[in-house]
Amino acid sequence: MKHCYSWLCMALLLGVSSSASAQRYSTRTGSVSFFSVSIMEDIEAKTDQAAALLDMQTAQVAFAIPIRTFEFKRTLMQEHFNENYMESDRFPKATFKGRVTNLNVDLLHKGGPQRVSVEGDLTLHGITRRVQTTGSLEVASGRLLVHTLFSVAPADYGIDVPLLVREHIAKIVTVRVSMACDPVSPVTLAQP
Amino acid sequence: MRELYFRLPGTLGALLLLVGGLLATPAQAQDDILNELEQQTPPSTTSSVVDATFKSSRLINGHTIQTPGKGTMVFLISHRFGTLNSGPYNFFGLDQATIRLGLEYGFTDRLTVGVGRSSLEKTLDSFVKYKALRQSTGAHAMPVSVTLFASSALTTLRYNDQVEHTLARRMTYSYQGLIARKFSPALSLQLMPTLIHRNLVATDQDPHDVYAVGFGGRQKLTKRTSLNLEYYYLVPATKPSEVRNSLAVGFDIETGGHVFQLHVTNSQGMIEKFFVANTQGNFFKGDLYFGFNVNRNFTLRTQDKFSK
Repeated sequence: MKHCYSWLCMALLLGVSSSASAQRYSTRTGSVSFFSVSIMEDIEAKTDQAAALLDMQTAQVAFAIPIRTFEFKRTLMQEHFNENYMESDRFPKATFKGRVTNLNVDLLHKGGPQRVSVEGDLTLHGITRRVQTTGSLEVASGRLLVHTLFSVAPADYGIDVPLLVREHIAKIVTVRVSMACDPVSPVTLAQP
Repeated sequence: MRELYFRLPGTLGALLLLVGGLLATPAQAQDDILNELEQQTPPSTTSSVVDATFKSSRLINGHTIQTPGKGTMVFLISHRFGTLNSGPYNFFGLDQATIRLGLEYGFTDRLTVGVGRSSLEKTLDSFVKYKALRQSTGAHAMPVSVTLFASSALTTLRYNDQVEHTLARRMTYSYQGLIARKFSPALSLQLMPTLIHRNLVATDQDPHDVYAVGFGGRQKLTKRTSLNLEYYYLVPATKPSEVRNSLAVGFDIETGGHVFQLHVTNSQGMIEKFFVANTQGNFFKGDLYFGFNVNRNFTLRTQDKFSK
C-alpha cells in the first residue's frame, strides 16, 4: 500500500508534465516466436504470453517472456528445449530492458509506423548481454503496436549444443516479436 | 534504491521518489521499468506442470509415468541377451537374445495406447496408459504425477503338452498405478503398485493374482545421461514359487530424438507378466541379462498451434 502513495505522487507529476495522450503501454499477451533453419531440422516455437512495458516519455522498454510457455511443433523438442537447453527450472524467464534511442513521440502520435533503434540488456539462460536491434512502433486505435526481428546466437548465452545434434540446430536463431500494447496509467500499474 | 522507497513511510517515500526521479541516471530507471513489469506478473500465482520426470516411457523393464504427448509415435526396440554367467561357450550371453518390438502412440498428452511383440513365448501385448495427475508447482500444486496402466498379453506359442491352450488360458493381464515425483531436475523417484492376473498357472499352489510393489528412480549424471534403478518386490502371500524379485540397474543416454537405455537385470522378459511375475535369475549370483532399449520418437501430428 505504501508505494501506491508514491505512485499517486508520480502520477500527479506526470499529469503536470505530459499531454493527455498515453505515455505508457503494456501487454501480457505479446507474441514471440523464434525459428532456426538447418540442414537436418527446422525448429520453430511460439508463445502468446510475453509481457511488455513501454514508456514513451522516457523511451524505456522492458520485456519478460516465460520460457516454459513456448510451444513447439514436436512435444519432444519442447521438452528438450526446457530440460537441456534453456534449463527453464533455473531460468524461468528471458528479459530485455533497454531504451529506444531515436524515438520521436510527436511523430508517433501522428500515426503511421515509425522505424526505431533499440538498445539494451537481453538476459537469456541467466546470461546478460548488451544488444542492439531495430524495430517499428505504431500507435493505432489507441494501442501501441510493437514489431521487431532480431538474431540470437545460443552459444553467446551459454547454451551448448552437444556434438551429436550439432547439425540439427542452427548457430543463429531468429526471434520475432509482435505485440499490441494497451495504454496504462501509472496509478493502475501500481496496484497489482 | 527502489526498495528503499517502499520501506520508508509513504509521504517521505514520495518525496524521495520525486528527488530520485530528478537525479536518477537512465540505467537506474531502466532497472525500474523491468522490476515494474515483473511485479505485474508475480510468479507464485501461475501454476506450471512439472514435466520430463523421466526421459523415456520405460524406467528399465517397466513403465514410467511418462507418456509421449499428443501426436507422437514411439518405436521401441528392447533387447535382452543371455545371462552373463552362461560362460565363454555362449559368449557370456551374447549368443542368445530375446527381443521386444513395440509401438506406442499418444492420442492426447495424457492418453497413450501401445502394442508390442516379445520373442519370449511369442507374446503379443497391448496396453493403455493414462496420465491421471500431473505434478505441478505454483498455485494448487500437485506433489506427484500419477499414471494408470493396464495391459493384456497373449502368448501365441505352440505347446506340446496335454493342456488345451484356449485363448483365455493364453491371456495375462497387468494393472499398475505409477506414482512419481520429480524431486529436483536431476532426481525422480517412482512407486509402482502392481497386480498381475494370470489365467493359467502351472500348479494349484500358484496364485492367479500376483501382487507386487515396485520402486525405482533416476539420478541424472549429466544433462543427457542418467543412472536408473528399478526393483519389484513381490508380496509374499501371492508370490509364485521359484520366482524372484526383479532388480535392474540401468544407464540412459539421450540424443535428440533417441533415448538409449543400457542395463543389467535378473529378468529376461520385457513386459510385466514376465519381469514381475516370472523372474527366475538370481541377481547376485550372476544371472544377469545385459540389455538395451532404444526409443525413437516420430511426430505424426504437430501440435495444434502449428497445424495448418
